[in-house]
Amino acid sequence: MSLGLIPLAFLMWLATYPSRALPMLAPGIERLPPPAVAYLRLAGPSALAALAAVNCLLTSDKPPHLLLGVEPIAVAICAVVVWRTRMLLPGVFAAVVLVAVVRSAGLG
Amino acid sequence: MATAAGAGPSQSVAESRRRLLGDGLAIASYALPVGLVYGLATREANFSLLDVVVSCVVVLAGGAQFAAAGLVKEGTPWLAIAGVTALVNARHLLYSAALTPYMATRSRRERAVMAHCLTDETFALSLAHFRRIHGFDARGYWIAALVILIPWTLGSAIGYLAAGAVDINKLALDVAFPAAMAGLSLGMVSGRRDVAAALGAVAVAVLVGLVAGGSVGLVAGAVVGPFIGLMVPVKPAESDGSASSAGADALGPEGIVEDAAERAAEEGLP
Repeated sequence: MSLGLIPLAFLMWLATYPSRALPMLAPGIERLPPPAVAYLRLAGPSALAALAAVNCLLTSDKPPHLLLGVEPIAVAICAVVVWRTRMLLPGVFAAVVLVAVVRSAGLG
Repeated sequence: MATAAGAGPSQSVAESRRRLLGDGLAIASYALPVGLVYGLATREANFSLLDVVVSCVVVLAGGAQFAAAGLVKEGTPWLAIAGVTALVNARHLLYSAALTPYMATRSRRERAVMAHCLTDETFALSLAHFRRIHGFDARGYWIAALVILIPWTLGSAIGYLAAGAVDINKLALDVAFPAAMAGLSLGMVSGRRDVAAALGAVAVAVLVGLVAGGSVGLVAGAVVGPFIGLMVPVKPAESDGSASSAGADALGPEGIVEDAAERAAEEGLP
């Protein structure tokens, strides 16, 4: 059994724990300057949107190319479903079913 | 043990805990299947089962864990993964700040341990509970933490084990990861600035990615996206949403994170 990624988990913990603990352990830090608060608020949607884009719009070869296929459409449909239902699971389910159907039909 | 604080009528601790458990069950019911998807994603990134379980218990941050699985698969350097993790999880600063007044009487050691389990869902459930009882309840906080930690870890392990028995590509499970990321991002959107930040991040990530590779594009998009969002003027009607950051002093840190809590409960990941 590989233990290769366990150090990465602890590195990720080191990157996460300060934001969870600092205000609790040092009251006063919660009063961040407004620009910093504004940036932090936008960091979550930005990082996750960038991740989705890289994974569904770029090929994994080097150099990458734009990926044209059903996958970006499926991700967009997932986004629409999540937007309408405010639930993640139906959106992911819809995306997976669409791509599975297209692939099984030999179109993807 | 609950400590009473504040004025006005409050629910009994037992009554509020019952409601906390009910809300927690609803959260657990989606954490388990989303954990399944994460388990599948880790299989694609060549994690071991131990890697998956340790990641769930030690990191305990679904969005960042999904991101890490994708980045590991791309061969991204670990320091870059840590940077993305810090960015994705930076919102916890706001959650922690909002809970701090309720925890003021607790020992530093207890607060340090509790901080480890601070997730979107734990924050949303525990803050609502503390407000109902007008005070702090350590058992309530741990209930709020465990209703996400247990199903998330369990679901991830099951997803990992089940992945060996299925053809991920044929079943199109490879698309679940980017779809989940897009959905989670959308779940955090509540104003024009969020939309601009997310779309800006997508544009930067793709353009930079085409030139320098996917992992560089990802980091560039994640870092530059918020700056693009900040360039969008704030509408008065959005002043209680993401745009509230422009008037953070007036709203106060607790007001900001209240909105974050409402959105967090809808995200579907720890």
